Amino acid sequence: MAIAVSMTVNGKAVGAEIEPRALLVQFLREHLRLTGTRVGCDTGQCGACTVHVNGRAVKSCLVLAAQAQGAQVVTIEGLARDGELHPMQVAFSEHHGLQCGFCTPGMIMSAADLLQRNPDPTEHEVREWLEGNLCRCTGYHNIVKAILAAAQTMRGMAKAAE
Amino acid sequence: MYAFDYHRPASLAEAAQLLAGNPEAKLLAGGQTYIPTLKQRLAKPAAVIDLGRIAELRGIREEAGGLTIGATTRHAEVAGSPLVERVIPALAALAEGIGDPQVRNCGTLGGSIANNDPAADYPAAVVGLGATVRTSKGRSIAGDDFFTGMFETALEPDEIVTAVHFPKPEKAAYAKFPNPASRYAIVGVFLAKTAGGVRVAVTGAAPCVFRATALEQALAQSWSAAAIDGVTIDASNLNSDIHAQADYRAHLIKVMAKRALAAAG
Repeated sequence: MAIAVSMTVNGKAVGAEIEPRALLVQFLREHLRLTGTRVGCDTGQCGACTVHVNGRAVKSCLVLAAQAQGAQVVTIEGLARDGELHPMQVAFSEHHGLQCGFCTPGMIMSAADLLQRNPDPTEHEVREWLEGNLCRCTGYHNIVKAILAAAQTMRGMAKAAE
Repeated sequence: MYAFDYHRPASLAEAAQLLAGNPEAKLLAGGQTYIPTLKQRLAKPAAVIDLGRIAELRGIREEAGGLTIGATTRHAEVAGSPLVERVIPALAALAEGIGDPQVRNCGTLGGSIANNDPAADYPAAVVGLGATVRTSKGRSIAGDDFFTGMFETALEPDEIVTAVHFPKPEKAAYAKFPNPASRYAIVGVFLAKTAGGVRVAVTGAAPCVFRATALEQALAQSWSAAAIDGVTIDASNLNSDIHAQADYRAHLIKVMAKRALAAAG
């Protein structure tokens, strides 16, 4: 039996009739065609499907779309503002925080959540935080470098805004 | 996943009624274990009852000097709570070590203990602190009686965990040797000095969380690493699997107990 779900995705109100067993990642990719969010392992290990639900990073392959009813959801497509990349995206580009790029959307969404709660993480804290995201190319070194650089940029932006 | 009906009750009473009226229904809390279970078709519920919107099941408050934590409170909420950090910091540290950040943003206390995975972290805190599990049937179940076997609890089929009350210990700490992939405990030891005596709860090592009574007696006599050294852990009832042999787990129990002791002070 289909059920109605509605939520806000990247600032836009969306809704659909879906099966109760539909995962949030299926809703995003297959109904909304937001394919930036990846399905990697589909078992909740790899974090490639990480999106923000009400401001917190979650694995969208471990959440039913129905559970996100009424939620504010942000995907990798929603991070850029007015054509300007998010500082985390810029840092991943500048520091080559990717090899094949498959894990990148999940890495960026996860890292963006880290900086929301800890604007000045140590390298160790960044590495611990990334426990929920796997890079099969093992490109962690540059990923960590990119996140630390983005943290610095964003602290500078926050200071300039004061 | 097999198809199922979906319910999103707004109150505990409504959830309890739905569950009582449908023996083939299952409860969904954070879903970090149950959704993978459904995806693997290891469960075929006729209906899923989502507890995520029941305000009365969520939240952390101080009660009788200890803490009462609602069943659907997320691990990240416990880990980041200044109240938990002040009253029982060992509990905040334990929650901070569960899974990974994304899992901690969804997974719940009630889900963890109702599932009673043999390697889960929270059962060690519930037993180690002598906590009490409260349910939709008005029962208060002692932590010692709640966990009855592998993935088994004292809950009745139509009973819902509503909250857990943790008394404040004099000292407590949790140390675990995590599986590097899953972060589940290969061995986890929760050690506490409480008004009722020393309690040592072990998770990950056996089919169900248990109290290491020999360690409790030794630490009651002398709160010291030397006391732990003097204890022999019986490996005969411990798990042997691809992660660790029983004798290694027996060894790790003492190592984790010493680390917890050092952290508890």
